[in-house]
Amino acid sequence: MDILFIIQQTLSATLGVNAIIFALAAIGLNMHFGYTGLLNFGQAGFLAIGAYSVAVPVISFGISLWVAFLIGIFNSILFALLLGVPTLRLRADYLAIVTIAAAEIVRQIARSATFRDFLGGSDGITGKFASEFFDLNPFKQGLTTPILRFSGNDLWVVITGWILVALITFIMWVMVNSPWGRVMRAIREDEDAVRSLGKNVYLYKMQSLIIGGVIGSIAGFVYALSRQSVQPDNYGTALTFFAYTVLILGGAARVFAPIVGAMIFWFLIVFIEQVLRAGVTSNIIPDWLIGVNQVGQIRFMLMGLGLMLLMIFRPQGIFGDKKELALDAKA
Amino acid sequence: MQKHNSGADFALTTSQTPGSSKPDPILIADKIARQFGGLTAVNVDHVEIQRGSITALIGPNGAGKTTFFNLLTGYDSPNSGTWSFNGKALNGIPPHKVARLGMVRTFQLTKALYRLTVMENMLLGARGQKGESVLRSAFPWIWRSQEAAIQEKATAILKNFKLIEKQDDFAAALSGGQRKLLEMARALMVEPEMVMLDEPMAGVNPALKQSLLEHIKELRNEGKTVLFVEHDMDMVHEISDWVIVMAQGQIIAEGTPATVMGNSQVIEAYLGAHHDTDLTSEGA
Repeated sequence: MDILFIIQQTLSATLGVNAIIFALAAIGLNMHFGYTGLLNFGQAGFLAIGAYSVAVPVISFGISLWVAFLIGIFNSILFALLLGVPTLRLRADYLAIVTIAAAEIVRQIARSATFRDFLGGSDGITGKFASEFFDLNPFKQGLTTPILRFSGNDLWVVITGWILVALITFIMWVMVNSPWGRVMRAIREDEDAVRSLGKNVYLYKMQSLIIGGVIGSIAGFVYALSRQSVQPDNYGTALTFFAYTVLILGGAARVFAPIVGAMIFWFLIVFIEQVLRAGVTSNIIPDWLIGVNQVGQIRFMLMGLGLMLLMIFRPQGIFGDKKELALDAKA
Repeated sequence: MQKHNSGADFALTTSQTPGSSKPDPILIADKIARQFGGLTAVNVDHVEIQRGSITALIGPNGAGKTTFFNLLTGYDSPNSGTWSFNGKALNGIPPHKVARLGMVRTFQLTKALYRLTVMENMLLGARGQKGESVLRSAFPWIWRSQEAAIQEKATAILKNFKLIEKQDDFAAALSGGQRKLLEMARALMVEPEMVMLDEPMAGVNPALKQSLLEHIKELRNEGKTVLFVEHDMDMVHEISDWVIVMAQGQIIAEGTPATVMGNSQVIEAYLGAHHDTDLTSEGA
């Protein structure tokens, strides 16, 4: 068993591209769910819109990547308005239903045969649409150390990605600690009370939906850029629920929760997988118990077990306050 | 007892009949009807609330008092009718705009914002906060001085309501009575002209009750108008200048507490259901 290899793979995943994507997706959800109490089950839809918005304009229309980022942000605002206008006046559960359906609609449209020429159908889009971004990379040789290893492109995504995460987290931290953030948290507790104090709850919920959605679409940018491809089936409901897992792992309504949650999430997935794989190939784990082909499934089982234990023994997440969690908002 | 002071003088000269006109009404409602399916919950022909007075809205359970409150404050819309506050028609005005016009309500089931601290609950009430705009929120230097001023005001009110030691506790950690106090204190942060209290005494222990009563009287002394729904007759008797009685959605009587409680229609509507219990407890 090559312990150093396991450490290298695990640490690279903990700090890697996927952790950045999930951190950003969860920061958006934290705005929605953690601070405002909006049950958005369609975060994957925002990621898909972000991802397609950078790939399609560049590949199909020859537009500059930098303009495509702006298109992506514009599209995610549009999507948030589309979701919010009919549902935000209704009870919270309606938003949950509508968002989960809307995200699926986005995915089905993206993989439909009708729009195959633009969106690539079920094969998605592959191509060098991110060249403008990678041309700026000063670290083309990548990074290879005994404990950390990134390819040239990945290293550039990781560096810019974490800077972006830090920047967005800082802005979020300032905003949620402002009077504006106070109104958001109050809405999470009781909308009617906030209305009785003269605040336009609908407007605030819309702002929350848009801000969290834009951050979600930025996660989609990173997803698309890092792979130089967009696959529609990567943006299914599982993506949304993994993002929720990341958020709850860290602790909802805690500004650093998405970052730490995403790191722990990817640390666990890759660590469990690498240990199992090493165990199986070196015959420490006998073949009749786990075969090589089963490792992928079993890591998710163990991951699920770990999450259950966390929810039992630390339901408030890493950063959460157990006393605060015990205060039932409806009691 | 010197309860007929300032805003209460009107009671001596006003006609004690349902829908009577007041010398200086702050709130006027006309032909307000609200049906739920086949049930008419509220059917108020005409009512006026005198500015600067404490008016009680009483009536048996299911009389439509809370529904009427919801209609007046924009939380529900009537099937027909018009009403105005300070001369401004309120038809179709959403609740947050009603509050901004100066009519602020509390709720029968107290709505303290549980996972906000007591101080945060208070700060939320202040109007016109620069830091509540999404664009300005990210630049604390724009709103910091205003926030400090609001905090000072909140501290003064919390001291008055004896909640200052609790300012850093979550609102959920307060007792039921303290939550009622907090809700009322928070409403004052909006600087309302009229305060609508929906059962302010429900579930409050006698000691706190007395202090709540004092706070309500204080509001009148500051020139604010108070309209409250209440079941506690002692309280109604002690602080209200005027009493409006509702039964089955309609206003059946109006007048000073003494007259209204002697009104045979009121006794029938209000006490009929609990006739026996009331008689024995008064006879004892």
